[in-house]
Amino acid sequence: MKVIIYDKPDRSEDDVARAIESKFPGAVEVLKTAPRRIFLRVTRESFLDVCTYMKDELSFEHNSCVSPVDYIEHFTVVYHISSWANHIMAEVQVDLPRDDPTVDSITPLWGGADWHEREAFDLMGVVFKGHPDLRRIMLPEEFKFHPLRKDFQVGRRV
Amino acid sequence: MADEMWVNMGPQHPFNHGLWNLRVRLDGETITAAEPIVGYLHRGWEKMVENRTYPQIIPLADRLCYGSSFSWSHLYCLAAERLFDIEIPERAKYIRTACLEIQRIISHLTWLMALGTDLGSYTILIWCLREREVFIDRMVDICGARMTYNYPRIGGVRNDLPPNFARDVIRSLDLFETRLQEIEALTDSNAAFRMRTVNIGNISAEKAINLGLTGPNLRGSGVELDLRRHEPYEVYDDMDFEICTATDGDAWSRYRVRVDEMRESDKIIRQCLDKMPEGPVRVKVPRCPPKGTVGCRVEDPRGESLMYIVSDGTDKPYRLKVRSPNYINLSAAPAMLLGYKISDVPSIMGVLDMCIGETDR
Repeated sequence: MKVIIYDKPDRSEDDVARAIESKFPGAVEVLKTAPRRIFLRVTRESFLDVCTYMKDELSFEHNSCVSPVDYIEHFTVVYHISSWANHIMAEVQVDLPRDDPTVDSITPLWGGADWHEREAFDLMGVVFKGHPDLRRIMLPEEFKFHPLRKDFQVGRRV
Repeated sequence: MADEMWVNMGPQHPFNHGLWNLRVRLDGETITAAEPIVGYLHRGWEKMVENRTYPQIIPLADRLCYGSSFSWSHLYCLAAERLFDIEIPERAKYIRTACLEIQRIISHLTWLMALGTDLGSYTILIWCLREREVFIDRMVDICGARMTYNYPRIGGVRNDLPPNFARDVIRSLDLFETRLQEIEALTDSNAAFRMRTVNIGNISAEKAINLGLTGPNLRGSGVELDLRRHEPYEVYDDMDFEICTATDGDAWSRYRVRVDEMRESDKIIRQCLDKMPEGPVRVKVPRCPPKGTVGCRVEDPRGESLMYIVSDGTDKPYRLKVRSPNYINLSAAPAMLLGYKISDVPSIMGVLDMCIGETDR
């Protein structure tokens, strides 16, 4: 077997960001680009299409992290998606309304997102549509709360 | 299938280091399904730090992984520095890089000694413990603690190096180079060790990338990827080192990668000590960072570790998310276990380098 080498980046940050923005006009907003980073905001409806395009066409091979954040008025799920070939990490933000925190699962694309999404569901209560096995992972099955939400009272008896 | 059965290997089992459970479904002795169960050590770390000020989090970050605590507190300080937007002194960067590599050697030796016990060779355990002690002594010289150092600070490191530190480290490394050959003689030329690792737990490069494997486990599948090279932090872009890879994708390759990495760490430490400039080691930092977010990742001894901090302008982080490399490596474990015998479980899981502290957070 031969070694897969990622020594030189294939495309620049601006190039990749422009490609995504022009492919999905209106659905993707490029917040900024920095060395080795691009920052995107994507609508919930087109999120899975954007991710599929990023994986298939722009060689984003790796899902680094899925971080849900509770901003009281809404949730934001921040996906860190890495392209090893381009040496870029994209930070994709998806805003979700607080009364319906549902977003498409990316586990079918990147198997590494599986446990990240289970953890986000467990601790923050974000529901990932299309996840093969969305169960609690850290806390017991019968636990009634999502403790990382800001309205969770720290120190209560559960 | 008539005679399939589920076996719980854990939470208390001789092969698992730390508190976790591996459920395997067996057809005879062959594994047909596997499910790791974690959460026994969940401390609510991410919630806990939302109620701590920025400097208070450093010793907590140490406790994420007791085996490689410096790399976690360093990652936290690096992420916080990018959030505060400050540049640390040049000498502090070199000190941190040297300590990170000492930590990598300590962590890999801890892994190798655990692997030795899993595969039944207590000599490996004792010899690795002995070598590890030498490097722990160097860390004690710096900061007084053996495992949870609490040494990096936002804006540099806590104190300068003690007198004769470079001399002591070079002596330790000279000793280590010969001793590592002796340890390798126990493993590489040991037929039992080879039989239990060669061609066991295979995973292809494509699958490993898709399942999110990083670090030595990914490099063992023949992917030359190291964030020290691809996204340099501290002074790694000035250092001359190789990215160690092996191409077979089995437990033996992952073992080889880690042992080779210890030699590369040795090289990096020597270069750091050689090039280290004089000067201050710490700068003053304001109490509150500006509003904003930062995502920062480094190459932990176990893989890609990432911290994502959201700041609302107060002295406490609004949200701090940790990406633990081992959490994802463990989620990929079923792909390596399927089709192998139950007696292969200790070698496959032992080579993954488990640390439950950072997995459950």
